[in-house]
Amino acid sequence: MAAQTLYDKLWQSHLVHEEKDGTALIYIDRHLVHEVTSAQAYEGLKLAKRKQWRVESVIATADHNTPTRNWDKGIEGITDLVSRLQIETLDKNIKAFGAKAYFPFLDKRQGIVHVIGPEQGATLPGMTVVCGDSHTSTHGAFAALAFGIGTSEVEHVLATQCMVMKKSKNMQIVVDGALGEGITAKDIILAIIGKIGTAGGTGYAIEFAGSAIRGLSMEGRMTLCNMAIEAGARTGMVAVDDKTINYVKGRPFAPVGDLWSQAVVYWRTLTSDTGAAFDKVVTLKAGDIQPQVSWGTSPQMVTTVDGKVPDPAQETDPVQRERIERALKYMDLKPNTPIKEILLDKIFIGACTNSRIEDLRAAAQVVKGKRIAPNIKLALVVPGSGLVKSQAEQEGLDKIFTEAGFEWREPGCSMCLGMNEDQLSPGERCASTSNRNFEGRQGAGGRTHLVSPAMAAAAAIAGHFVDVRNFN
Amino acid sequence: MDKFQSREGLVVPLDRANVDTDAIIPKQFLKSIERTGFGPNLFDELRYLDHGEPGMDNSKRPLNPDFVLNQPRYRGAQVLLARENFGCGSSREHAPWALLQYGFTTVIAPSFAEIFYNNSLKNGLVLISLDAKIIDRLFKEIDATPGYRLVVDLEQQSVTTPGGDSLKFDIDPFRKHCILNGLDDIGLTLQHADKIKAFEAGHRQHQPWLFN
Ligand code: SF4
Repeated sequence: MAAQTLYDKLWQSHLVHEEKDGTALIYIDRHLVHEVTSAQAYEGLKLAKRKQWRVESVIATADHNTPTRNWDKGIEGITDLVSRLQIETLDKNIKAFGAKAYFPFLDKRQGIVHVIGPEQGATLPGMTVVCGDSHTSTHGAFAALAFGIGTSEVEHVLATQCMVMKKSKNMQIVVDGALGEGITAKDIILAIIGKIGTAGGTGYAIEFAGSAIRGLSMEGRMTLCNMAIEAGARTGMVAVDDKTINYVKGRPFAPVGDLWSQAVVYWRTLTSDTGAAFDKVVTLKAGDIQPQVSWGTSPQMVTTVDGKVPDPAQETDPVQRERIERALKYMDLKPNTPIKEILLDKIFIGACTNSRIEDLRAAAQVVKGKRIAPNIKLALVVPGSGLVKSQAEQEGLDKIFTEAGFEWREPGCSMCLGMNEDQLSPGERCASTSNRNFEGRQGAGGRTHLVSPAMAAAAAIAGHFVDVRNFN
Repeated sequence: MDKFQSREGLVVPLDRANVDTDAIIPKQFLKSIERTGFGPNLFDELRYLDHGEPGMDNSKRPLNPDFVLNQPRYRGAQVLLARENFGCGSSREHAPWALLQYGFTTVIAPSFAEIFYNNSLKNGLVLISLDAKIIDRLFKEIDATPGYRLVVDLEQQSVTTPGGDSLKFDIDPFRKHCILNGLDDIGLTLQHADKIKAFEAGHRQHQPWLFN
């Protein structure tokens, strides 16, 4: 057989049916469900009197719209009645339709859907994973084929256990060499998006490879794959190695005994064969990657912490120039301002990009024994899940944060998308570990700068961006 | 899903690239558990001068006169023209719902983000990619021609300009068939139920831990 890429293998092993024109039915192993994109899908099933195909494939949680405070008041603590109805509707739907596991609002294991999937061992190598959320690409860190889907597709998967899709092209992004001190997976992926653009991966499935990627922890690989979608690719993945297998081992839904051994043998095959052909290869040198800070309203509008806000006058392409001008106007930034001189109002450490234990440790290490700057109105730490939160508390990280002036909150999506009360007010500027800096993303009129957890933490202490590599 | 017939429609030019789903329908409107009612909040932050929340009477809100959808010459437009990577960002299907419920039947741009593309076609919103140079020309023609309309013929895969120019576009034949006939995706897939069951049985044998 011809040499195959990892993506080819995952596609092939889930192919149910293919039409002559390439339209295929792909079998879905794991379906993650949350409150914001599922109500209309369950409603559709009910209206058409259809059954769910495989209840055991569903893992559900409430995360996007849940509050991060006042959990002691229970569901009554949700004062926004529209939000409350959405969360209660998920409860009702899961009760009516069933699921393998449900971690509802207030459950200790509740959390951001892309954090709890891997944490529970509900995401396994070789699986196909879907969720009504574009950052489902996160799960590709486990050599799973993972796609964000819309509500009609959620309904389609509930009813048929399949997705209708066409095969993408293969792209390999190779990052070789040693990363500099203080450089994280977040900096790698922002540098990649800065290089290929937010549509650079459109039509491709991306495999991240190279020694720098191998060197990343599973948490780091999740951060990387999380933002594949910001590069335009619906899915991103990393091949299986010892780290993958060690991470999965012993998790609640991971196989045990003979099944475990059998699974590991198979999982070891989940790498691209030597000589497998990619339609496009992009290479970066790890040693060139500097700490990244986004300055604009798209993740590709990014530069290094030593850099400056671009000057549209230097841009010869009129379309590009206008884009930069528009972004600078929205962000209220002057051309050529050094990134380090940008003053901040709020800090957000959280989101499925960077809210796992390793992220919180990295941020805590920076703020330990220090205080947030007087100009910072609010600095939030929102753990990715209840289990991450309790782990962090065991390690005393919550104390480090609160003593530094941060607020330590309950898990959820929170200010990543500001559906709950955690939002930026118009004009406020935030250093955020999330993945999107679109206009209004964190609150109408809010201004978002994407950075790594350590960079966000250092910015909280300094009140403006600083280079985390020489900050203490 | 309604069947899509050949349609003639007024075109509104939205001269922006990377129009993201947060711009198309801001997150506060995602709290709804309904499939309808999103039209008045399409492009909410650009369209109104105040901040919109679910449950407001949108007819009483101050409109932003500078936003192109609010200009009298484009009122009632059914075709939206934009720049590349339209619909990037989240997987929210509320984006195509809002566009359709506002009254758009078609969006024309040089390129579209993938999840948005699928979501739109599943709801019968026709997305047409044309060469960036052609799009550029259309922007200029619209600017110079009040009441500029295009005929979108899905069957023939063509867009016809007022000057009689016929511009061809590509579309996935399966998707085209579904939209033209208003077909339900789930029903179509379930015609393959036996194949899905057979696959599932084999999959269970090869990877039994997935069925644990
Ligand atoms: S944290 Fe943000 S990006 Fe992640 S699932 Fe929640 S809303 Fe989506």
